[in-house]
Amino acid sequence: MTLPLLRHAVLATLCVIAFGASAATPATKPTGPLPTDSVYRLALPLTDSNGDKYDWNRLRGKPRVVAMFYTSCQYMCPLMIESGKAVERQLTPAQRARMGVVLVSLDPVRDTPAALRKTIEQRKVDATRWTLAAPAPADVRKVAGVLGVRYRALEGGDFNHTSALVLLDADGRILARTEQVGTTPDPAFVERVRESVGR
Amino acid sequence: MRAAYAGFLACACVVATAAAAGNAATARYVGVPGGTFESALRYEDRERATRVAPFAMMRTPVTNAQFLVFVRTHPEWRRDRVPRVFAESRYLAHWQGPTTLGANAMPDQPVTWVSWFAADAYCASIDARLPTWNEWEYVAAADERRRDARKDPAWRERILAWYSRPSNTALPRAGLQVPNAYGLQDVHGLVWEWTEDFASLLVSADNREQGDPDEKKFCGAGALSMNDRDNYAVLMRVAMLSSLEAGDATANLGFRCARSAP
Repeated sequence: MTLPLLRHAVLATLCVIAFGASAATPATKPTGPLPTDSVYRLALPLTDSNGDKYDWNRLRGKPRVVAMFYTSCQYMCPLMIESGKAVERQLTPAQRARMGVVLVSLDPVRDTPAALRKTIEQRKVDATRWTLAAPAPADVRKVAGVLGVRYRALEGGDFNHTSALVLLDADGRILARTEQVGTTPDPAFVERVRESVGR
Repeated sequence: MRAAYAGFLACACVVATAAAAGNAATARYVGVPGGTFESALRYEDRERATRVAPFAMMRTPVTNAQFLVFVRTHPEWRRDRVPRVFAESRYLAHWQGPTTLGANAMPDQPVTWVSWFAADAYCASIDARLPTWNEWEYVAAADERRRDARKDPAWRERILAWYSRPSNTALPRAGLQVPNAYGLQDVHGLVWEWTEDFASLLVSADNREQGDPDEKKFCGAGALSMNDRDNYAVLMRVAMLSSLEAGDATANLGFRCARSAP
């Protein structure tokens, strides 16, 4: 029996739309129906660090770098936040303003708005561009599924997970992904980010 | 012949509808008592035996006829309407049409070419869920007489014989094999099955890398390795499931649903 490794061909349609820079009030400019391969097709109610509740399709409207994380993580997750920042540092201020970073919690029970806010403060994350939010517990597998993130809840409260940064275009289509984490970002990934936000 | 087949198909659909609606629905499930077992996988974070709570599991994998009922009542899961993010282009591609089975999808064959999202939605639509990996491994340890037959070389040989069968032959019907000790059929020897947490199997698909988990890819401790390398049933399932994305579909991959004990 063969073990097919199946990957979807990702349509790299760049749709560069610049909106306001506030992540707390996501830019919402629905431009027709979502593409059939948009991750925002998944109905995903989120609760963000401000306690605001909305479906993640409100994140539509600008390219986003998305990752999954959890706030109590001691090792890899701070590194993933640094990875997001490292990508941002490769951009001009104007480019940074046209891109959002979204961290979706694997651990919604513990990642309350207060816990998410604490991470924003401790990790000195710019909340005008970054969105930290938690889905409902029953939706974690689904959002991980559309993002291609694998994880397992460990006994003792930690999570083992793949450390993917996923680049979405303004309509939620996956343009690129990298599992290279740390302060030296994956150059190919950064290039795709630059293309998606415009020069 | 064609008319006779069409009649058979219609009949099968009626039966499936009745089963989903009436008391027969409970008969689709077999109660599985809880217990503990030694997983063939080595979990770095798990020091004790794996505990499984009592649950119920479908006696057989979901069939084409049953899945057709779901697609007709949930048209958003038709192959011509499902968003690509939830199912790749080959989803239900062996069916004759979006709501017709045809010659390559017999009503009583297990449904295959289904994505994890579609399997998850099917189970949710009947108040059920996909089984967990632990639940699957627990019931898959059984043969016809024993709840744990894994140490028996003859049992292992039978499973290996199935894996070595060419995958391009037509699938048998679901429910032909003798039930295992729990009363479940076709746990081995028919199709591979999605689990709710298939994406928790963070192992390399290449078992030569055993004991050397790719720490860069999997963040944190807890990557899995095999305790029992001779357990082909588990090894092959893990290799297959860990290679899949949730939107993928394959010719040999189906599913069945489970319910937690009330």
